[in-house]
Amino acid sequence: MTNKTNSSDAVNRVWKFFTSVKLTVVILLSLAVTSIIGTVIPQSGTASEYFHKYGELRYKILSFLDSIFDIFDMYHSWWFQILLLLLTINIIICSIDRMKATWKIIFVKIPRFNVSRFRRLEDKKEFSDKRTPDELKQIYKPVLSRSYGYSRIEQTDSGFCLFAEKWRWTRLGVYIVHLSIILMLLGSLIGSIFGFEGFVNIPEGESAKKINLRNTTEMHLLDFEIKCEDFSLSFYDSGAPKEYRSSLVIIENGKPVLKKDIIVNDPLRYKGINIFQSSYGTLAPSEVTLSFTIRETGMEYKKKAVINKPVDMPEGLGTFLIKDYSSSAGFKGHNIGEAFMGILTKKTGNPVNIMLPLRFPSFDKMRKGDVIIAVASHNHRYYTGLQVTKDPGVWVVYSGFILMIIGCFVTFFMSHQRLCIEVTGNGNHSMVMVAGTSNKNKIGMQRKIEILSEKLEKLIQSNEEKE
Amino acid sequence: MNSSIILSVTTFVYGLAAFLYIVSWVFKKEAPGKLALWTAVLGLAGNTAGIILRWIESYRLGIGHAPLSNLYESLVFFSWTILLIYLFVERKYKNRTIGAFVTPLAFFAMAYASLHNNSIQPLIPALKSNWLIAHVITCFIGYAAFAIAFGTSCMYLIKKRDTEGKSPLLKKFPTANILDELTYQMIMLGFLFLSIGIITGAVWANSAWGRYWGWDPKETWSLITWFVYATLLHAKMMRGWHGKRIAYLSIAGFAAVLFTYFGVNLLPGLHSYGAMGQ
Repeated sequence: MTNKTNSSDAVNRVWKFFTSVKLTVVILLSLAVTSIIGTVIPQSGTASEYFHKYGELRYKILSFLDSIFDIFDMYHSWWFQILLLLLTINIIICSIDRMKATWKIIFVKIPRFNVSRFRRLEDKKEFSDKRTPDELKQIYKPVLSRSYGYSRIEQTDSGFCLFAEKWRWTRLGVYIVHLSIILMLLGSLIGSIFGFEGFVNIPEGESAKKINLRNTTEMHLLDFEIKCEDFSLSFYDSGAPKEYRSSLVIIENGKPVLKKDIIVNDPLRYKGINIFQSSYGTLAPSEVTLSFTIRETGMEYKKKAVINKPVDMPEGLGTFLIKDYSSSAGFKGHNIGEAFMGILTKKTGNPVNIMLPLRFPSFDKMRKGDVIIAVASHNHRYYTGLQVTKDPGVWVVYSGFILMIIGCFVTFFMSHQRLCIEVTGNGNHSMVMVAGTSNKNKIGMQRKIEILSEKLEKLIQSNEEKE
Repeated sequence: MNSSIILSVTTFVYGLAAFLYIVSWVFKKEAPGKLALWTAVLGLAGNTAGIILRWIESYRLGIGHAPLSNLYESLVFFSWTILLIYLFVERKYKNRTIGAFVTPLAFFAMAYASLHNNSIQPLIPALKSNWLIAHVITCFIGYAAFAIAFGTSCMYLIKKRDTEGKSPLLKKFPTANILDELTYQMIMLGFLFLSIGIITGAVWANSAWGRYWGWDPKETWSLITWFVYATLLHAKMMRGWHGKRIAYLSIAGFAAVLFTYFGVNLLPGLHSYGAMGQ
């Protein structure tokens, strides 16, 4: 027995803890402050990047912190997830706790009005009218039922009370906002469990079925193949990039099923999987035209070559083999861009390594050999870098987005407004009192009451003029 | 006549309007106040014309896009939004001292814009999206509302320092209650639009890069700003905070807005096209 009360006490205490708005404030501010860390320390970098950026000592300190607090991937760290979980529990329990009271107010068949409460309001308006309460009732009733969703009349000893109200449901606005946040968090959870985020580089003319998952070394096998038929890029006159375009074909069971050109901001979607233009790069050209210039005579010969196939040089000078290609070759610590690496083998002597940067055609002159080798022309080949994602939670998140906007609007700019017009007969004229309350924006309601009371007064006058 | 000239002139018109608002407030004269209002309206007209003309000019250059694509253009739009919302507030609350605290912000934004490259650049592939307009407009309505809340929060704190109500400078100020209420109204407006701004940004990111949230510094800082104002709203609605504490939180929130807007450009990330020199 005592055990039971103890445990229910504990439950109560936990419940109470989570209903506190103080907790909300603490969590929100903690999220705000800790989020700064990840904007100062670059996230999800490689060890060498961090080492390079911070130097040895600071890198050691930071990587020690990382081993405990995941500061290199803090938004997915255990403590950040705990903060989000606490926020979620806080939102849910706060909402349930307050919902109990709100529910009773919202879902009543006959709204209750208390005249004396309206009488006590400071900013009520009063005026007198020369007509009897019965006549006024006929005039007032349609005015109110037009702009208020609910209205009713109660007879009193010396006249009547007209009650009206509207937008009772807007009290739910804040719960809509809270629900929207739960949906966003839930949607991101669904995405992280059932979705994936990966990338794949596909050379022009080739296709891929396996993609690399981000931040892991794992691969993911797709149900279909992505073929890149062509990649093209264009530039503005200023040299700024204008467009990256990949012509993709989806191949399923050996048959092309979908064909589409994708550009940044216009992805391809197939079977819940999204394929985005994300990067590109250059590949070793498949065919190169080399030029061989004999230093003494100035004679130039051109020959076609393919990688890893030796070509005979002119005038029986030996053979030349293109061994390798790099899109960013290094020379004495400088990046000299695209270059071929080759081996020159003469009839006598040792083979010589030769670098042929595309940007500097006369580079090989520096070697001072008897033949100057250069790349005369080559066919450009690109690969397209595609981001491949699947996120089944995205529609849950999007519905959260929509509810967030609706909920904020309702919570901030709409209120439950209640109105009371009390008319008391006094001899051959009537006393009219106009008063109203709202659960938000009291100043706005005050102004509304002023306007309505003026309107009702004028309404009478214009009727009198007619007579 | 081109948009750059119109916008340069607008900067000076805003400067004049700010000056007149301050004169009207300090010397408690009605005439400069009226003149300030008309100067502000003239400035807003010039600002509007400048934006529209710049849009047309971009089409003439064959690279047509809405003028919302770099720091210069966003600052110009920011000033426009501040002025527009401010003129509504002046009309509704019938008080011109607020102008002395708000119009200088629009002037500073325009003056700061003039320090940056104002040539019309073509859009890089990442920005070529219909979401650009929705995202930038909603974000800047939010920022502008927060800027005005910042102005009224400062006024509130100044007003509250003079506990005996002796200072003649504060006679024309709205009452502390009205300043508190106005701050709150502006923050609600700002919060709604900041939320829509973050959401449109997320939807855009999802359609461009396949993820709606990537914790890039600008995204994160906009969320930090959102957290600060969410705290303020909870403190106000649920704990009944008002007055000074709300004013301080509102100023802290605006500091977060400024960092989201300018400071983040010092950090690496996807939003670097909003950076200096571009």
